[in-house]
Amino acid sequence: MAINLSNSNIATRENRIGSITGYIGTLKDLATQSSCGTLKGCSRCFSQSSTCLSACGLSQLAAIRDVAIIHHGPAGCSVTGASSYYMSKVMAKKRGVTSDTVFVGTDMNENDTIFGSTATLKSVILEVNKRYSPKAIFVSSSCATGIIGEDIDSIVDEVRDEVGVPIVAVHCEGFKSRIWATGFDIADHAVLQEIVQPPREGVKSNKINFKNFFESARPEIIEIFKKFDLEPVFLYCNSTVEELSHLSESLATTCICGTLGNYLGNALEEKYGVPYVRSINQCGISGYEAWLREIGKVTGRLEAVEKYIAEEREKWLPQIEEVKKELKGLTAVLGMGPGYTFEVSRVLDELGIKVVWALAWHYDKKYENGDVPPSMQYLLDNDIDFEASVADQQNYEVMNILNKYKPDMYLSRHPGSTVWAIKNGTPAIYVADEYMIFGYKHTLEFAKTIVDAIKNRSFEENLAKRTKLPYTDWWYQQNVDEFLEEAK
Amino acid sequence: MAKLLDKQRYKCALAAMQTVQAIERALPILHSGPGCAQKLSDTNGSSGYFSPNIFPCTSINEKDVVFGGVKKLNSTIENALKVVDADLYVVLTGCIPEIVGDDTAEVVSRFKEAEKPVLYAPTAGFKGNNYIGHEQVVGAIIDQYLKKSDKKQKGLVNIWADVPYQDLFWHGNLREIENLVSELGLTPNTIFGYQRGLENIKKIPEAEYNILVSPWVGLKNVKKMEKKFGIPYLHCKTLPIGATETSKFLREVAAFTGVDSALAESVIKKHEDYYYYLIERYADLFLENRVINKQFTVVADAQYTLAITKFLVNDLGLVPAKQFITDDTPKQYRQAIEEEFKKLNFGLTADVEFETDGFKIHEEIKKHDYHGYPLVLGGYYEKELTEDLKGNFLNISWPVQSKVVFNSYYAGYNGGIRLIEDIYTVAVQRFN
Repeated sequence: MAINLSNSNIATRENRIGSITGYIGTLKDLATQSSCGTLKGCSRCFSQSSTCLSACGLSQLAAIRDVAIIHHGPAGCSVTGASSYYMSKVMAKKRGVTSDTVFVGTDMNENDTIFGSTATLKSVILEVNKRYSPKAIFVSSSCATGIIGEDIDSIVDEVRDEVGVPIVAVHCEGFKSRIWATGFDIADHAVLQEIVQPPREGVKSNKINFKNFFESARPEIIEIFKKFDLEPVFLYCNSTVEELSHLSESLATTCICGTLGNYLGNALEEKYGVPYVRSINQCGISGYEAWLREIGKVTGRLEAVEKYIAEEREKWLPQIEEVKKELKGLTAVLGMGPGYTFEVSRVLDELGIKVVWALAWHYDKKYENGDVPPSMQYLLDNDIDFEASVADQQNYEVMNILNKYKPDMYLSRHPGSTVWAIKNGTPAIYVADEYMIFGYKHTLEFAKTIVDAIKNRSFEENLAKRTKLPYTDWWYQQNVDEFLEEAK
Repeated sequence: MAKLLDKQRYKCALAAMQTVQAIERALPILHSGPGCAQKLSDTNGSSGYFSPNIFPCTSINEKDVVFGGVKKLNSTIENALKVVDADLYVVLTGCIPEIVGDDTAEVVSRFKEAEKPVLYAPTAGFKGNNYIGHEQVVGAIIDQYLKKSDKKQKGLVNIWADVPYQDLFWHGNLREIENLVSELGLTPNTIFGYQRGLENIKKIPEAEYNILVSPWVGLKNVKKMEKKFGIPYLHCKTLPIGATETSKFLREVAAFTGVDSALAESVIKKHEDYYYYLIERYADLFLENRVINKQFTVVADAQYTLAITKFLVNDLGLVPAKQFITDDTPKQYRQAIEEEFKKLNFGLTADVEFETDGFKIHEEIKKHDYHGYPLVLGGYYEKELTEDLKGNFLNISWPVQSKVVFNSYYAGYNGGIRLIEDIYTVAVQRFN
């Protein structure tokens, strides 16, 4: 991949790495087609709402401490500011720090769509800078400002000297991509453009960049990494601008979710030679071990890693084996972002649960370096196959699948998805915390959570018995691919 | 004109999808970008028969921006009718189709002969906030679905209140207002929430009266219904909370609808007796605590800022500091609302400011001398500020993060008691 940090616009995942949101078939077919380059995504002539890339991108940036996000657009766009406010307060409190990050909108109205409002935007930037003295400022576009051609880059350039802190234009038109994960790349691009500095000379570091969402496992990871003389720098939740400016000095970059971290990881590698840890992720036993070993390899700490793995295996594996007895033969359908679907599929296989259908909300044919995603490669190498589809949270497709396959459980990671499974009578497991299946300990907990979820189906049964599903009988009789159209 | 929206308290017009969602078995169809519905929804009772993540959506992409999205809109409506079982389909437009000039009305008109009604409300985000969007949806129902009725149902009154979901207590409030109106021997008709829906919408033109309980939201709609259906309306600007306002509300409704005043007085007496029985038992709690002073501030939309100010002053004897209205109330309604803040007991008046800039609101709160610990009722943004001032905070307006509300309510006599419970639940956890 060629990373171009001189332009604030970054190509979408569809254009950059051939990502798709429409496919139905099998895992093997999906992987084979992506490795030989024949995979073409489909579009839909009927779809249900999904997620906006600006919400993903700007929430990431708003998680950084003491920065300002200025979302230039109508009030609905900047509504993310309300949840970001809450998140930055509670996350900082949890960590015992403070954050004065602000997220404002510009409440654009009809006149602005005709006459433009860059002058107002400029005064808003200066006023926010005066009020809060943020450590960095991110100025974002929206669908409306993008279409009418508001030149936010020029405004940012105009005020750059006056504000005196890093300021960057962030292009977040929601119509650009159906893949909200493009927002993660947009956020990374902004950080790389204006905040990350070249490594200082002579600075020796034992730091490892760790891109994650909400750092729930931060304390335990710090303890684990101490054993390897590594110090994790968690991004972006509770990051400081100062910390981010030195990302280029770290020994390596790793992430909890390939979809979340691959742009930053690859860019730091390409631009500053910081190795990006490419492995299956930390979910489950084989994932955790492969990831640790890769870190050991990349940072020259393999011996310490092997010692740790040997000790931990002894402690945890018998317990995991024990709980597996209760899971044997269960079936599952799962729907998650591709950074998790093919990872969690592997863990379910490890636990003896049969995946009957896996949905990924999008699929990256290739990672930034051109390889097939490691999680996919692992499944192929281990001859694991199941039916698979790519759908940007198209709930009606999920329901069609659940109705046909009647699995023992549905696993998902996105808000608003589990309720539909349980109304179908299917127990749902919400894998929201990105560390829910992290390492041996959480894999054991995850397995036990599944046992608990399967054991008591009262809530599912109570609700399913008393509610009617909103989809017509007609729909349940159709094939899942009814509305998929060949991409033109 | 664009402005600095710091600590925003409202969404855009497209959030009227929540107004549609509040009508049972009514389904919004969004002609918008893929993520608008998710952004505009909250986890506050939205996983009902429909939920935002299953609202059909054209999910406009770059190609549609260039070539227009009418084809996709057509197939989305057509297939929504086949896939999703609803009674009413309401097409809502976001920013993109209105800027690029998609003729949404024309596409929707192709579905005139569909088995189920398909309506259209223009709700581009730049057209206004969700209070305006709410009026657009109700307006679309009046314009496109309802016809004047020669048949009138004796005693049938339509009741309209503030914006579902934006108002945390919308469901409970509506039900309580219905209960109160029923006690006057009238038949209330509302369209939002449990078991209301299309059947009640159909009854709207048959009502004798419209009662609007809101400082300004919906005024446009009741005026339109007066003109189109010949239904006179009573505009009760204050959402009645507690004894003073609720009794006043019942008297006004009775007078307007011709209900025997003796009946109204008996209803009022019954409720006030019980209300004051409870208040009497807890009066010592109000009088003898070390953490609540007399002065308070409300930061909310016009509805709650007005309603809570009247309640705390006239029922509980507190004194208003500056009050803030954050819903971007259209200019033409502001003066009438300001007047209401002058109608308080003992000739008290409250200084009220229409302000959408949260920074300025916070600066003013910090500046004010509350003579002790302030009581602040507002959005989640006021939590930390109030804590810094060692005050008491209650999250009553959007955004809401520190309260879960299923069906509880602040309207009416019972609602007043609930609000007192909530305030003192905060207070009793402290000791100074």
